[in-house]
Amino acid sequence: MRTTFIKTLCEEARKDERLFLLCGDLGFSVLEQFADQFPERYLNVGVAEQNMMQVAAGLAMEGYSVFTYSIGNFPTLRCMEQIRYDICYHRLNVKIVAVGAGYAYGPLGVSHHATEDIAMLRAIPGMRVTAPGDALETELVTRRLCRDTGPGYIRLNKAGEKPVHRVPIAADCLDMIQVRSGKSTAVLTTGAVLGDMVDQVDARALEFSVYSTPFISDISPHQLIELCQRYEQLITVEEHQLNGGFGSAVVERLADLHAAGKISRFPRVRRIGIPGTFQGFAGTQEYLRAKAGIVLPDKQDQHVDR
Amino acid sequence: MQENISTQLAKRIRLTALELCYHKKASHLGGAYSIADILAVLYAHHMRIDPEQPDDPARDRLFYSKGHACTALYAVLQESGFFDGLDLHEDFTTNGSYFTSHVNHQLPGIELSTGSLGHALGVACGVALAAKRKSRGYRSYVIASDGELDEGSNWEAILFAPHHALDNLVLVIDYNKLQSFGRTDDVLRLDPLGDKFKAFGWHTIEIDGHDHALIDAAFREAKQTSGRPTAIIAHTVKGKGVSFMEDTLAWHYKSPNDAEYAQAKAELEAAV
Repeated sequence: MRTTFIKTLCEEARKDERLFLLCGDLGFSVLEQFADQFPERYLNVGVAEQNMMQVAAGLAMEGYSVFTYSIGNFPTLRCMEQIRYDICYHRLNVKIVAVGAGYAYGPLGVSHHATEDIAMLRAIPGMRVTAPGDALETELVTRRLCRDTGPGYIRLNKAGEKPVHRVPIAADCLDMIQVRSGKSTAVLTTGAVLGDMVDQVDARALEFSVYSTPFISDISPHQLIELCQRYEQLITVEEHQLNGGFGSAVVERLADLHAAGKISRFPRVRRIGIPGTFQGFAGTQEYLRAKAGIVLPDKQDQHVDR
Repeated sequence: MQENISTQLAKRIRLTALELCYHKKASHLGGAYSIADILAVLYAHHMRIDPEQPDDPARDRLFYSKGHACTALYAVLQESGFFDGLDLHEDFTTNGSYFTSHVNHQLPGIELSTGSLGHALGVACGVALAAKRKSRGYRSYVIASDGELDEGSNWEAILFAPHHALDNLVLVIDYNKLQSFGRTDDVLRLDPLGDKFKAFGWHTIEIDGHDHALIDAAFREAKQTSGRPTAIIAHTVKGKGVSFMEDTLAWHYKSPNDAEYAQAKAELEAAV
């Protein structure tokens, strides 16, 4: 994903001389191609994420379209107030890129587990939160955010994600994207856990539809109404805390639609994610996902223990 | 420099701030008065700005980090013609007004909303860096309080600016030596502050922050300095200009009662 991201950003930077990339002294062996091609639009600000966001705000005020790059929680939780006040309140053209979503840096420990960022960033007015599921979705969200003029966030996994999409995705797509067709249950995922869920559906011959949600802030009421008509059960899956994350966003919107009389039946919604815990032990991404319980149930009525 | 111009402007800033804090029961007169002379000299003699074109790309920019002392900035912007058509006195802190009691970029002439401390210097670094990369001639000024130097974000930016040779950036520290709970020396010591800035690579000037000639000279010296940013450490007095407010912590918080208002107004009007 990070390779696709930087390749796409370089392509966009050739067309758009406003694009500027800042990093917080992380991105070694990834960012060099941008730095080499566009040295006047690249800067390593040092290990100083608060200042990185402030400098990004200043550059954006002067007309640049700024991307900030770092890993894990450093470009998000570490500098939340700069994101909220300097960037979002001023509606500045700054896109935050974090590599290492969820447990992508699993063995490095809790410092490097990015598991609360969706909740915190999606609460800020004007912030477009995205989490691509594979390389094609990474290209989609990167190009989209290059066109946006306001704040955005790209939650990247790391590298080696399973390619799920077989055909290019329409450039203007903001909807959930269907990647498997099933019967009465739809699995809604966000981020790189998509590949794992598709593997589970395929390997276990589950008759579940699967949808990927790269644009978490853009969940469409119309699409949710349609999903409610087609499916008895929705299962949300995220590599993130259940509190306030993607599943919460889906349930909030469903509740609003139900309260407004736009859906007559509230579907059974199961939220799969991290159940309010830190995983303080070492482990691969796959191991930590399983320990957190990020596993699909076998059939629609199976109880999921928490 | 015609010193009487900035002296009269400083007087009007203080009187306007008094009216706002008295009539709207607002705080932070002490911090407004410690910075009033610096704002007066800056706006009377140095800022290249045009209220008819508040977003002119060539304008000088001020980033007012001590957003709580908003009354002084609102006053100088009103005196400079930025609020024509607006009613500062009526609308300050009024429901639905952008005249919040921490400075608000929704108002003309204000670059950055502040109020949370330690933000403006880093943003100004980005703006100054953009000027370097785009070969633009505008200058960026930052006014910060002393207490907010406790914020780590400021020191990230204090490292950044000299490293990138941002000689188009001027930081003024309003060093009145009082912060929310007491003396800066007691809460978190800053001294030797000048030595710290020098060690970080800033061109550092220490002045009496109420002496208009020295303030003017410091801004001129900053313009002549190349290759590094300038820090003006302005030794000031909180509440300067009103005898019972001077160097008094309470005026970080208080709004004047009727008697205090009358005495303060009399003292300010009697000043030369």
